Amino acid sequence: MPEFQRFSYDVLVIGAGGAGLRAAIEAAASGAKVGVVCKSLLGKAHTVMAEGGIAAALANVDDRDNWRVHFADTMRGGQYLNNWRMAELHAKEAPECVHELEAWGALFDRTKDGRILQRNFGGHKYPRLAHVGDRTGLEMIRTLQDHGIHCGMQVHMECTVLDLLMDSGRVVGAAGYDREKGLFQLWQAKAVVLATGGIGRAFKVTSNSWEYTGDGLALAYRSGAELQDMEFVQFHPTGMVWPISVAGILVTEGVRGEGGVLRNSEGRRFMFDDIPDLYKTQTADNEDEGWRYTQGDKNARRPPELLTRDHVARCINREVKAGRGTPHGGVYLDIAWIKQRLPKAEEHIKRKLPSMYHQFKQLADLDITKEPMEVGPTTHYMMGGIRVDGDSQMSTVPGLFAAGEAAAGLHGANRLGGNSLSDLVVFGRRAGRYAAEFARSNGAAVTIDDAQLQTTAAAALAPFDHGLSGENPYQIQYDLQDTMQSLVGIVRTENEMEEALDKITQLEARAARAGIGGNRQYNNGWHTAMDLGSMLIVSEAVTHAALLRKESRGAQFREDFPNKDPEWGKYNIVVKRGVHDEMLVEKHALPPIPDELKAVIEEMK
Amino acid sequence: MATQAMFRIWRGDPAGGAFQDYVTPVEEGMVVLDAVHRIQAQQAPDLAVRWNCKAGKCGSCSAEINGMPKLMCMTRLSNLNLEMPIILEPMHTFPVIRDLVTDVSWNFRAKLTIRKFKPRTPDSPDGTWRMQQADVERVQEFRKCIECFLCQDVCHVLREHHKHDEFIGPRLLVHAAALEMHPLDAEDRVSDLKKKHNIGYCNITTCCRKVCPESITITENAIIPLKERVVDQFFDPLRQLFHII
Repeated sequence: MPEFQRFSYDVLVIGAGGAGLRAAIEAAASGAKVGVVCKSLLGKAHTVMAEGGIAAALANVDDRDNWRVHFADTMRGGQYLNNWRMAELHAKEAPECVHELEAWGALFDRTKDGRILQRNFGGHKYPRLAHVGDRTGLEMIRTLQDHGIHCGMQVHMECTVLDLLMDSGRVVGAAGYDREKGLFQLWQAKAVVLATGGIGRAFKVTSNSWEYTGDGLALAYRSGAELQDMEFVQFHPTGMVWPISVAGILVTEGVRGEGGVLRNSEGRRFMFDDIPDLYKTQTADNEDEGWRYTQGDKNARRPPELLTRDHVARCINREVKAGRGTPHGGVYLDIAWIKQRLPKAEEHIKRKLPSMYHQFKQLADLDITKEPMEVGPTTHYMMGGIRVDGDSQMSTVPGLFAAGEAAAGLHGANRLGGNSLSDLVVFGRRAGRYAAEFARSNGAAVTIDDAQLQTTAAAALAPFDHGLSGENPYQIQYDLQDTMQSLVGIVRTENEMEEALDKITQLEARAARAGIGGNRQYNNGWHTAMDLGSMLIVSEAVTHAALLRKESRGAQFREDFPNKDPEWGKYNIVVKRGVHDEMLVEKHALPPIPDELKAVIEEMK
Repeated sequence: MATQAMFRIWRGDPAGGAFQDYVTPVEEGMVVLDAVHRIQAQQAPDLAVRWNCKAGKCGSCSAEINGMPKLMCMTRLSNLNLEMPIILEPMHTFPVIRDLVTDVSWNFRAKLTIRKFKPRTPDSPDGTWRMQQADVERVQEFRKCIECFLCQDVCHVLREHHKHDEFIGPRLLVHAAALEMHPLDAEDRVSDLKKKHNIGYCNITTCCRKVCPESITITENAIIPLKERVVDQFFDPLRQLFHII
């Protein structure tokens, strides 16, 4: 019978990106004993990859901005499927959360009068993104990390969580193993916050790191919590397409915010050819106006390159399919052209986009101050996730909270750039606060089910029993990524998704036979085998939800239902586990929006 | 470009280990980490390697490639001589866990010994501060650090002399510099730098600066100014004279 090393906390936070760390800081500040479990080393979570900035209506650059505009922008971007309460709280609390980061040491770029500088981004009416060049995520995670380590939290680095532990319908902790030594761990807790990020690793071309295997979503689903909006997977329009080995790595939207333009192989700025009605009045209709917008002209409208990500990604996809793509199957993103407009453009680009300059120089031998980049869509972000209460972030399972990318609601059918970093701190803070409160008022002794622990341990060790003659876990992962990429990707049809479901069923059978050699110490093959379970659950949920939604809206594009259907605009799709372990997929009517918020939306249309 | 290459990878654990050769197909544009992944998927499923973002932003995949401390994800095969075996080893300064993975937890513990950020009173009644871009930029250079610990790996005070208990190493001196030069910070770490962190052990050989994947001018911009502050506070002859009088 395998031994478990045991720990006990008031609040257990799973995941140490922006949301997890912010939740842990908040819970610790309220006096709770906090444990943090993360799959990587501290400070390496995917938040470091965020580039462009954090959206908050600080109104430092344009004083017409306020929470109402930010709220309306977020709802419009999400095609009104958003949880209105989350969109409201997010818009109202983001500025405070940004100031909090500054008070903890974050150093944002400045305006001339010494306040936090803000930049333009797709779908935001005014310059709204507080930023640090193009490495805002690193600044944020380091700030939270360096503040957090002095708050008294216990961090368990490089651990995989295998199961949530339940007692009488509520969550009471988690079980897993540390990756370094492969020893089983039990973290008992009165409340658990899932802040495990997204699912991008289920796709072949992705900007996401290996960690993004949907663990939190799968843990929640298996313990009876509901998932929501799983059909909405954001494909970021600009990922690298060459060299092959770096395909998918993100090219920040900040490039377009600074004046970068998209062109096809014929040199045409194709984004001017297709501007959706919802955005017609806000979008420039000529190149000169677009340029003036990026340079801060308040009377100019934004260039079509800064339309929402779902739309830009589809336009790029269309150009490539129509044979107007680049040699490596993307389109051109050109920032070098601004030398026609700006003196010292080369230095300007290097100062504003240092990591992009670096990334292309080092990985593709290309100088972005001189040549255009080749870019194409890459799997980037999961709008869907664990269904939570807008105020408290508690899921449908008592004591189980979720925040950040792992939670659904804020972004609806499509997320605006910059709203993710603000999501992390606004809802990380709320999840931490309410989890600590839950722990305080539910402190009674709980029972840890030893039988469940043994089941967890036995399942985890199965790949060693199968040995090297079992299925290669890496190959199963590649095959799943191929399946999701080609059949449930940026353009979807019923036939292909039915085929995907069949393939997922076959992959599940193969995953059950996954085998590995070696021992339990830092065994990447074993880790991959353990990740497969989560990836398969989330892939199945995405496919089911995408099949049920027979329309195109936001990030979901159905070739067989290419139009938006107002009827579908009234529902979220909810996925949960049935009593016989079957996946239930249901339509849930959107909760009614209060009149005063409706008025805000109407006013800003 | 060659169509295949040989990788000579150190495999082992704290008890010991040896180099093992793997030949794998290579293509244009590949980085070292791609080759390691390919070997892992096809030949050595339990090969231990720590990585995360694969875009040079998280600092997880530090290793020694042909004896040079580098990020595996940012080292292109086209910059290596593929006629010879490519030698991959874990960082030497930290205890090995397995294969290419080392125990870097000391860095996290050592960071805790540095006094945390303490901002001055806000400048404005709404609780916010005013800072100039030029002042911010000086510190932003240090905050580019991705904590890959390659600078710690080459620092001879740690690598050769194992002074982990007395000295915090270049990464954490950069961290201390970021705090000390932060426009809002009101804490004083100069005495700690001298007495607790032993900044004097650093004899500015600039090895750390040379391996920094973020091109932070560690020695000149971070460590030397901190040393100057220590000198100002502890070794200023006028001040010493003043003390005697």
